[in-house]
Amino acid sequence: MRSTTQTQAPDARGVAWYLDKAMAYLVFGAGVSAILLIVGIFVFITKEGVGFVWDTVDLGQFFGSPAWRPTSDTPQYGALALIAGTASVTGLAMLIAVPFSLGAAIYIAEFAGGTQREALKILIELLAAIPSVVWGFIGLSVLNPLIIEWFDVPVGLGILNAGVILGLMAAPIMTTIAEDALRAVPDGYREAAEAMGATRWQVTWRVVLPGAKNGLTAAILLGVGRGFGETMAVLMASGHAVQLPDGVFDSVRALTATIAAELGETAVGSDHYQALFTLGILLFVVTFAINLTADLVVRGISNKD
Amino acid sequence: MTFGTSRRSTTCEGVLGETPPAIRTVGLNLWYGDFQALKDVEIEVPRGSITGMIGPSGCGKSTLLRCVTRIVERVGGVRTTGGLQVLGHDIYAPDVELVQLRKRVGMVFQRPNPLPLSIRNNVLFGHAIHTTSVRGAKAERQQLLESALREVMLWDKVKDRLDARAIDLSLEEQQKLCIARLLPVKPSILLMDEPCSALDPDGTAAIEQLIWSLRGEYTILIVTHNMAQARRATEQCAFMLGGTVVEYSKTETMFASPAAKRTADYIEGRYG
Repeated sequence: MRSTTQTQAPDARGVAWYLDKAMAYLVFGAGVSAILLIVGIFVFITKEGVGFVWDTVDLGQFFGSPAWRPTSDTPQYGALALIAGTASVTGLAMLIAVPFSLGAAIYIAEFAGGTQREALKILIELLAAIPSVVWGFIGLSVLNPLIIEWFDVPVGLGILNAGVILGLMAAPIMTTIAEDALRAVPDGYREAAEAMGATRWQVTWRVVLPGAKNGLTAAILLGVGRGFGETMAVLMASGHAVQLPDGVFDSVRALTATIAAELGETAVGSDHYQALFTLGILLFVVTFAINLTADLVVRGISNKD
Repeated sequence: MTFGTSRRSTTCEGVLGETPPAIRTVGLNLWYGDFQALKDVEIEVPRGSITGMIGPSGCGKSTLLRCVTRIVERVGGVRTTGGLQVLGHDIYAPDVELVQLRKRVGMVFQRPNPLPLSIRNNVLFGHAIHTTSVRGAKAERQQLLESALREVMLWDKVKDRLDARAIDLSLEEQQKLCIARLLPVKPSILLMDEPCSALDPDGTAAIEQLIWSLRGEYTILIVTHNMAQARRATEQCAFMLGGTVVEYSKTETMFASPAAKRTADYIEGRYG
């Protein structure tokens, strides 16, 4: 009889062992490089902008003055108008996106049936894939004339236009995340509530929404982060005028749009260049804080249960 | 006393002076897609007693239980023929309101499934969804809360932490809570789908004791895998196999001298 049990040295290593080691290092490298890249970006932005923060600018002026005149003979670097621009556009966008996306998520997760649900999910993911410049184009060429006609204003580019566009842009991703949060609520809850005679809406309102609270908050926060960081569509739809807005038809300029529009025209290392990087630091810190909060909120669920 | 095998006139709910049974099925068939889970089930559950359903996995006992509150329809592709009367009303009639049916028929599930709410709001959930009146009656709610929790022997344990999260209770306490939350809307029938299968022996004993104490006040239909439990905790018992009711008799009769050989084999643990 042929021996089927070849005796192997106890320290024998096959191909699988080497492959395992190699893959472990490869995956480790991929994981670490992502972290290194983030840190690298942060270091780069800080290095370019921090000298300006220490030496040139008066922080009181930076945060307190609406005058952004970097190319004037006496340059002024007041970012208040830009901050107000970003905040107002993002705020309006969230007013539009939150009800729409939560409503859509509730419908898809709790009310729509099999094929309808799948079709809607695919459509929403398609919406999320529309490039932002296309949204900006829609803002310029579709929404702009509509706003002029409906509200009888001279220019249709402003907070309203950019807010609507940004809201429509943020809604799909918020819907997707919110829907995931709703689906993550165990079905046993729904079954229990239905067996007690709750209607579909009562189940949703009294059981599913409280159960998905954290995930829904995270969805909204990520939407806010998306709004803060969006550049091209806002640049195209907001009118790009530096001013503290008085109403929704006023043109504003966003932090992101300012960097995008001006960075190409500045001399590397100049005050203006550094000032733009300071805006970058501000954006980075704010979006980082928002994402971190969203992450902690989501983690809050798993800690408790 | 006759059980489901009796063929009394199906119009007996119209007879004066006779109250219809809690549950009666007439030739009930049920399909999940192409799979027939219930075949011509004829069973009559008397009011105020504890009726057990035993049988191997997949025999249709849980399906039959879930039919009574029509929660079985939650999964798609369910088709039913035949009749199912609850307290004399055909629950498959087109004008039946599921909300009203489920108010009268409460259900306890295999795994305790308290809602992600406080203990208080769990117990008052049914009351809250079935009450359209103004929010005023706080004293009434407190009273309902206390009596429901007292009835399941949980009040003394939780009375100081009514606003704590229900999912932090032990499994046994959760299952008691799941029974307690059915009581404020005053159901007539309690359905229990292996209510002790997630519990340890102490928890099982506590829940059994509770179920026994609810006898008379409620009609209880309980599915169990546990022969000993069926024997001690039920008054009559149905043995199901392959979607049909093989035998339905008083519990002591079934366990002492089963009529069908398949019943005897199952009870003695030769299969299932």
